[in-house]
Amino acid sequence: MHRVLGDRRAIAILLGPALLVYSLIMLVPIVWSLGYSFTQGNTIEGFTGNGGANFSRLFEDPAVRDALWFTLTYAALVTVGQVVAGYLLALLYVFFLKRSSALIRTLAFFPVVLPTVAVGLLFQKFFQVAPQTGPVNSLLNAVGLDSIDFFGSAGSAFWVLILMDIWRSMGFYAVLLFAGLVDIPDEVLESARLDGASGLRLIRHIVLPLSLPVLMSSLIFSINGTLKVFDSVVALTNGGPGNGTTPLTLYMFQTSFTYSDYGYGSTIALLLTVVCLLVSLAVYRVSRRDITEG
Amino acid sequence: MAIDTPVKTSAGRRSRGPSASAGPVRRARAPRRLWVKIVVTLLLVVEIYPLIWMLLTSLKSNDDYLNNSTWSLPTTWEWGNYTEAWTTGHLGLYVQNSLLAVLPALALMLLLGTAAGFALQIMVWKGRSLTLLVFLAGMMVPPQMILLPLFTVYFQTGLSGTLWPLILTYTGTGLPLTVFMMATYYRTVPRELFEAATIDGAGILRAFWTISVPMVRNALLTVGLVQFFFIWNDLLIALTFTNNQDLRTIQVGLLNFTGDFGATQYGPLFAAICINVFGTLLIYLFLNQKVMKGLTSGAVKG
Repeated sequence: MHRVLGDRRAIAILLGPALLVYSLIMLVPIVWSLGYSFTQGNTIEGFTGNGGANFSRLFEDPAVRDALWFTLTYAALVTVGQVVAGYLLALLYVFFLKRSSALIRTLAFFPVVLPTVAVGLLFQKFFQVAPQTGPVNSLLNAVGLDSIDFFGSAGSAFWVLILMDIWRSMGFYAVLLFAGLVDIPDEVLESARLDGASGLRLIRHIVLPLSLPVLMSSLIFSINGTLKVFDSVVALTNGGPGNGTTPLTLYMFQTSFTYSDYGYGSTIALLLTVVCLLVSLAVYRVSRRDITEG
Repeated sequence: MAIDTPVKTSAGRRSRGPSASAGPVRRARAPRRLWVKIVVTLLLVVEIYPLIWMLLTSLKSNDDYLNNSTWSLPTTWEWGNYTEAWTTGHLGLYVQNSLLAVLPALALMLLLGTAAGFALQIMVWKGRSLTLLVFLAGMMVPPQMILLPLFTVYFQTGLSGTLWPLILTYTGTGLPLTVFMMATYYRTVPRELFEAATIDGAGILRAFWTISVPMVRNALLTVGLVQFFFIWNDLLIALTFTNNQDLRTIQVGLLNFTGDFGATQYGPLFAAICINVFGTLLIYLFLNQKVMKGLTSGAVKG
């Protein structure tokens, strides 16, 4: 019977097209891009090899250092922010709202499906100071504080960005973690309660350890996504003021398309890929150890 | 902060009798309920107020927006902002471009992904787990890594002036998740079913098409929705491959919206944001359970 399910011609017909498209769009370009990182030039002017010059430039470029630092701090802060906010929401759903949480879950999930560009433009206007005072600054004025030019300095723009991305995604992590919390058997919770555990102690000693696996996969998913942040930065600040909010992804884009330096752009893309792989691998190893020990 | 404990309170009530416990229990529960109510209200304001503000602002004239309080209602309701955004702002064209790029990519991706998922999960051959792993690896790679070679190829083959670069790139980058999710869904379908079908005289390809595809119809809708939101909301790929203003997708168009108008016209800009936001929101409201399930299951498994 294995002959039917092992029919090579059928496998080729079913798998072939997908494999072909995937190879042409993803696999070949990855290798090709590696080749670009040893060259200088662009599609229109042509390419010339320059050995390892792009790599030595990469290590000396202060803009790369800034962009890498921005990417890592952004990823760390947003990951912590959205997973913690999502977890608190999930606890709220499971333990306080119970059956009536469906509506709140649906509403809190709203921002997840919204286009990032639209959300970015909305937040820009929401936090702006001129030409019109946005709601946030109006609120500050109403309680007697001065307006803040949120996009005037990299520091405050960074926090608006963090806030926006947590706003955008916490509903997503809430639903993800909610699914994990619902899976905790009722008997476990009830016996813990009979033993006298309640409130924070119940969360700390029973709920948190039991939801650790889903927390860990949220962390991995979040880091994998936040390291690639692009849309929200472009829409909210476009990297500014100056290069104050430029992640590696945007720096790569600007180098390649604003300055038409494909070789160096590919080198930055390679750095980004390596960072993504290393961070994901590290988180994965840590999470596996934690789960087996816990 | 305390977790609601109905078991404990009802047990306590039973042991001490209703008269003894009614007072303290009610007093203990009241602030807890209030606390939850405050949090929920705050949550709703934070989630919904920006959208309401955006909607109201989209109906204001420029004068109204610049000179009156940001909290106020529009003095005159400028519904014309929407027609202006749609026609003068070319939003209609951008939506059309988005549809022309997204729908073919979605169809292609689902077709190829389902077939590959079937071949990788149901069919039996050496090296299929390795092949699945190769597909999975694609999810880790940042899209920046493939932009430049693809740009070169599209430029040299003369595809740059069309929407084909978008269709092809969306299909290719969407395949890893599609293949993986479809393979996972096929895991619940027993192989014996297809063996039996082939005994009855259907070829395996026919069995795939007439038996397996209808069985995973639900999965197709879920994966299709997930990918729709990803592609529809994409900025990076669309920004890279649409130099021509006439080919802009809705996200690229929205990003450049103020530029097209010269001086900023706030009413039409907010109208454009609203069209974009409420368009996706509408799909979500109709299919919210499916969308939530799809997006989160894609995350956990990926």
